[in-house]
Amino acid sequence: MDERKILESATFPPHVIAEIQRAASEGLYNIRGSGAKRRVPNFDDLVFLGASMSRYPLEGYREACGTDVVIGSRFAKKPIHLDIPITIAGMSFGALGANAKEALGRAATAMGTSTTTGDGGMTEEERAASQTLVYQYLPSRYGMEPDQLRKADAIEVVVGQGAKPGGGGMLLGLKITRRVAKMRTLPQGIDQRSACRHPDWTGPDDLEIKIRELREITDWEKPIYVKVGATRTKYDTMLAVKAGADAIVLDGMQGGTAATQTCFIEDVGIPTLPAVRQAVDALKEMGMHRKVQLIVSGGIRTGSDVAKALAMGADAVSVGMAALMALNCNAPIYEDDYHALGTKAGSCHHCHTGKCPVGVATQDPELEKRLDPERAAQRVKNYLTTLTLECQTLARACGKSHVHNLEPEDMVALTLEAAAMARVPLAGTEWVPGW
Amino acid sequence: METLDLAELDIRDVNRRLQGRTGDSDASDFEVLNPLGRHTIAAGINRPINVHIRGHAGYYCAGMNQQAKVTIEGNAGVGVAENMMSGEVRVTGYAGQSAGATGHGGLLVIEGDASGRCGISMKGIDIVVGGSVGSMSAFMAQFGTLVVLGDAGADLGDSIYEARLYVRGSVERLGADCIEKEMRDEHREQLADLLKRAGFDANPDEFRRYGSARQLYNFKVGNIGYY
Repeated sequence: MDERKILESATFPPHVIAEIQRAASEGLYNIRGSGAKRRVPNFDDLVFLGASMSRYPLEGYREACGTDVVIGSRFAKKPIHLDIPITIAGMSFGALGANAKEALGRAATAMGTSTTTGDGGMTEEERAASQTLVYQYLPSRYGMEPDQLRKADAIEVVVGQGAKPGGGGMLLGLKITRRVAKMRTLPQGIDQRSACRHPDWTGPDDLEIKIRELREITDWEKPIYVKVGATRTKYDTMLAVKAGADAIVLDGMQGGTAATQTCFIEDVGIPTLPAVRQAVDALKEMGMHRKVQLIVSGGIRTGSDVAKALAMGADAVSVGMAALMALNCNAPIYEDDYHALGTKAGSCHHCHTGKCPVGVATQDPELEKRLDPERAAQRVKNYLTTLTLECQTLARACGKSHVHNLEPEDMVALTLEAAAMARVPLAGTEWVPGW
Repeated sequence: METLDLAELDIRDVNRRLQGRTGDSDASDFEVLNPLGRHTIAAGINRPINVHIRGHAGYYCAGMNQQAKVTIEGNAGVGVAENMMSGEVRVTGYAGQSAGATGHGGLLVIEGDASGRCGISMKGIDIVVGGSVGSMSAFMAQFGTLVVLGDAGADLGDSIYEARLYVRGSVERLGADCIEKEMRDEHREQLADLLKRAGFDANPDEFRRYGSARQLYNFKVGNIGYY
C-alpha cells in the first residue's frame, strides 16, 4: 500500500476523531487547564518599523529608555508605581501551590512590579513575599475578607477572564486540601464551583455602586481595576470606565485557566490583538486614554509582545501562563510523570488534575517540593528582566525614550487579518483593510 | 449619641466618622439622619459601635460590617450587610436582593420580607427573616444559618453546601440538591437561640429544616439532569 495516497480529512483529522471517540466513551465534555491552543491572529503578525532616514534611534546600553508606569491615578489616593510595565496575572492559591505563589511574589518584588491573588483570598506567604499585591474580588468571594482588601495595594474586580468569558471557575476535588477548603469555607475534597456572576450586583450601574462601596471600605486609597475577558471589548471598556474603574484589565482568549471546558477555552472570546485596539479606541473616544490605565493579558510571551501591546496603546501587560513556564511549567523534567498523566512536556495542560509534575499547579506536598521558591523566583525574575530588555531594545530602535512612547505608527502587519484587527497597514502598503 | 446628618454631610464623611478615621474615637453611639436611600451607608465599619440609620438605606448598607451593631429604621436596598464578618445588622422594614450575601459571620435580622437571593453564597453568617424570602435564597450557601419565619420562594437552597435552613411557612420549590432534613434537638436548640437573639417569639417546633443532600459535591455524569 502506498500510504502517500491516504488522504487525511481536514474536517476530521486524527485529534478530532480521538475527541469524538472520547466523548462517545465518557459522555462528558473535556476539562483541561492552560489557554487556547488554536492559532489565532496575534502579535507575531506585527513587526516594528525601526528608525532609518526619517527617525533617529536611541543608543542601546547608553541612552535611557524608561519603563515605569503609574496605575490608579484617576481616583485612588495611593496609586501604585511600577518599575516595569509587566505584571503577574491573578492566579489562585489552590490552582497553584504555595511555593509557586511565593515565588511569583518574590520575583515581582525584585522587579518592582505587582503580583495578583486569585480565587480563595490572600495567603500570608503571598502578602509577605509581594511588595505590591493586587487583590482579586471575584464572584465566588471565597476567602474574601475586608481586612484583606485593606492589606492589598490595589483591588481587581473580576468580571471575566479570557479563557472563559461568561463562565465560572472550577477546582477539582484533588486540589481542595484541608487548607484550601478552610480558606474557601467548603468541605474538603469536593469539586469546587466558582460562580460566574457576582452575587450582589448585575450590570454596570450596580458595578458603579459596588466600586464606591469598595472605595468606602478602603478609604479611597486603593486603585480599583476591572478585569474583563475579551468579547464585546469596546463596550465593556466604556462601561467599566463609566462604573468608575481606575484601570481596565483586558484578558484575550489566549489567556490561561486552571480548569474549564475545552470548548470554552477554544471557542469563546476574541484574541488579544483586536481586543487591545477596541479597548484603546473606547478609551480615546471617552477622552480617558492614559487616564484610565489599560493592562493587557492573554498570550504575552516575549518582550516583543510587550512592546507591541504598548505600541497599540496599553499601559502595561500581565503574564500568567508565561510566568508559570518560567517557574518550570512544561519543562522537560520528571518526564515519566507527564507520561503517567497521559501527556508530555511542551503540551501539558493538566493543571486541573492537581498532579503537576513540576510542582507548580498542585497542592500535593511531595510534588510541591519540586519547586524551590527561591530558585523559582530567580527564574521568573530573569524572565521578567529579559522581557523588559527586549521591550526597551525595540523602543530604542523606534527612537523612543520611554516604552510608552511606542505608537501604532511604529508597526505594520504581515497578514490581512492582523492589519484589520490592529488597524495598522499591511507591510509594504498603506492599506488598512476594513478602515 | 452623636448625630451625622446626610443632609449636611456626604457619605464619605459619614463613613469616615463611623469607621473611626475622624472625630472623637470614644463615641460609641451614632445616628444617621436623612439617609434617603443613599448607597453604601455605614460600609466597612470595624469597631464595636452602635449605629441607628433613621430611614431607608440604598445598596450595600453596612457592607462588610465587623463588630458594629447597625440598625436601619426602614427598608434596605440590595446587598445589605453583604460579606458581613461579625456584629449585628437589623432592618426594621424590608430588604432588597442579596441580603447578607457571602457573609462570613455576625447576625443579620430583617423584620420584614427579603427579596431574592437572600443569603446567596453565605459563608457563616446567621440570617433571620421575620417575613418571607424571594427565589433563589441561600443559593450556593456554604455555611451559616438562614431562618425564615414566613415563606420561601422557588429554588430555595439551590446547590447548597453546608448551610442550615429553617423555614416556618411554605417553600415554593426546593433547589437542586436541597432536601428537607430531620429536626433533631440540637437543631431546635440552635433555632431557639437564633430566634431569641433576633427578638422573635416563635416556636421552633413549627419550623422545617432543609440542607444539602450532598449529591452534587462531585461532578458526575449521572447528575447531568440537575444542571
